[in-house]
Amino acid sequence: MNLNLKKESLRKVNETLQSIDRKSNKKIFKVSNPDGNHAICAGLKDEIEVTIDGHTGYYCAGMNMNANIIVNGNVGTGVAENMMSGTVHVKGNASQSAGATAHGGTLIIDGDTSSRCGISMKGIDIIVKGSVGHMSAFMAQSGNLVICGDAGDALGDSIYEANIFIKGKVKSLGADCEEKKMNKKDQNILRSLLKKASINESEIKNFKMYGSARKLYNFNIDNVSEY
Amino acid sequence: MCGIVGIYLKNKKYNSQLGKFLTGMMNSMATRGPDSAGFAIYSSEKKKKYKYSVCSNTYQVKEISKKLSKQVKDIKVKSISDHLIIETVMKPKKFIEILKNHDELSLVGYGSCIEIFKQVGNPKDVVKNFSLEKFSGSHAIGHTRMATESAITTDGSHPYSTGEDECLVHNGSLSNHNNLRRSLQKKGIEIKSMNDTEVAAGYISNGLSDKKSLKETLLDGLKDLDGFYTFISGTKNGMAIVRDEIACKPAVVAETKDYVAIASEFQAMAHLPNVNSAKIFEPEPGKVYSWGK
Repeated sequence: MNLNLKKESLRKVNETLQSIDRKSNKKIFKVSNPDGNHAICAGLKDEIEVTIDGHTGYYCAGMNMNANIIVNGNVGTGVAENMMSGTVHVKGNASQSAGATAHGGTLIIDGDTSSRCGISMKGIDIIVKGSVGHMSAFMAQSGNLVICGDAGDALGDSIYEANIFIKGKVKSLGADCEEKKMNKKDQNILRSLLKKASINESEIKNFKMYGSARKLYNFNIDNVSEY
Repeated sequence: MCGIVGIYLKNKKYNSQLGKFLTGMMNSMATRGPDSAGFAIYSSEKKKKYKYSVCSNTYQVKEISKKLSKQVKDIKVKSISDHLIIETVMKPKKFIEILKNHDELSLVGYGSCIEIFKQVGNPKDVVKNFSLEKFSGSHAIGHTRMATESAITTDGSHPYSTGEDECLVHNGSLSNHNNLRRSLQKKGIEIKSMNDTEVAAGYISNGLSDKKSLKETLLDGLKDLDGFYTFISGTKNGMAIVRDEIACKPAVVAETKDYVAIASEFQAMAHLPNVNSAKIFEPEPGKVYSWGK
């Protein structure tokens, strides 16, 4: 089914995609002429496949549950923000805060993302084939961020229990983020993520892993004089 | 919030459509800044002639022309909505002095190829009032404002122009503009309003008058201007964009072989020719990008 945003309103298109007749066999949809509109495919909750043909604006595929969304173009701020499950695959670049606060599902970005990729992520797996901007994985709580390119300043600042796997260079690490030794379990996590994004698993050896030094978890008595 | 847009045409075949392109860009950014709007258009240079963009609360062109023609020789006045474009051979220093004696006229900008228009109201109405669609030229910069720092008036609207053929639009807010305003005023840069962006415009004018390039001046600004900003700045020769190091304020660039377009959001460019095959990227924080002759 083709949904044309030049002919139908955004509200109507989203409404159609949000209220799928579960008995029907219609599972494959296409959205054409997105023209940078905001909140395209936000709040989907069924196991459907939607291809967006072009560039989107803010919060594309936000709050996604179950749906498999493919974007043939770039996405604006907050793609797949607060996603719960399902897959979002961006064929171009993503703007700031990709996958912000998302609880689950998989976000694959073929290009680069700008700053704050995976900010406050809570369980999502994010795979970026290019590079990420500054403050990525800021306050990341759970889940995995895989970066095949480089990372900007302050990677993983104030990170909790999320993992960062990175192949390229890290410009600088944020507070309380440190390199970790990758064990078998971590390697298996990375292997399955690379597989999801159709990246050759022999690349595993080129990745480094970063996580929390856990020094910000408890009050440090040495800092008492600051108060 | 605020919306900022800019377009630089590499291919002259689009020059006659510049106003049309900018109209679409401004209209779609009306949601980011619904309280006032403005734009600057650069068209071909008139040798030895100056164009003064003036906002007037009295609409009688004839009367104003008559008044001014006593003091200014060879004057041509064109009126569009509440603005006048006054064309004359008189040099800026002298002309600006004369304008100071006319309280009903306030100078918006001047130069050999720039024309600036700004007004309070929804951007969609503002562009209609000034018939932006009909303008042609080589590059243009626009702004839709959601006021934060100063009052909703024409003086508080962008673009700001504090030098010949210069203009600046800004999305964000500066925190050290009071100090900077004082130090620039001491250097003789005229800053009229209490607006933060006008100070940044003055900062750029000061840099350019020190024979620095626009790019160098904006790089210096990264050290001297404190606050949040995405700036688009225009000169006779082209335009440049810079975002502060934190880059909270958005910007997208679309470049094709025919033009370079900048906007706060991609949707402002969706109507431009062949934009889907353009090279689209977000300017990196703390980096200056410029295009021009």
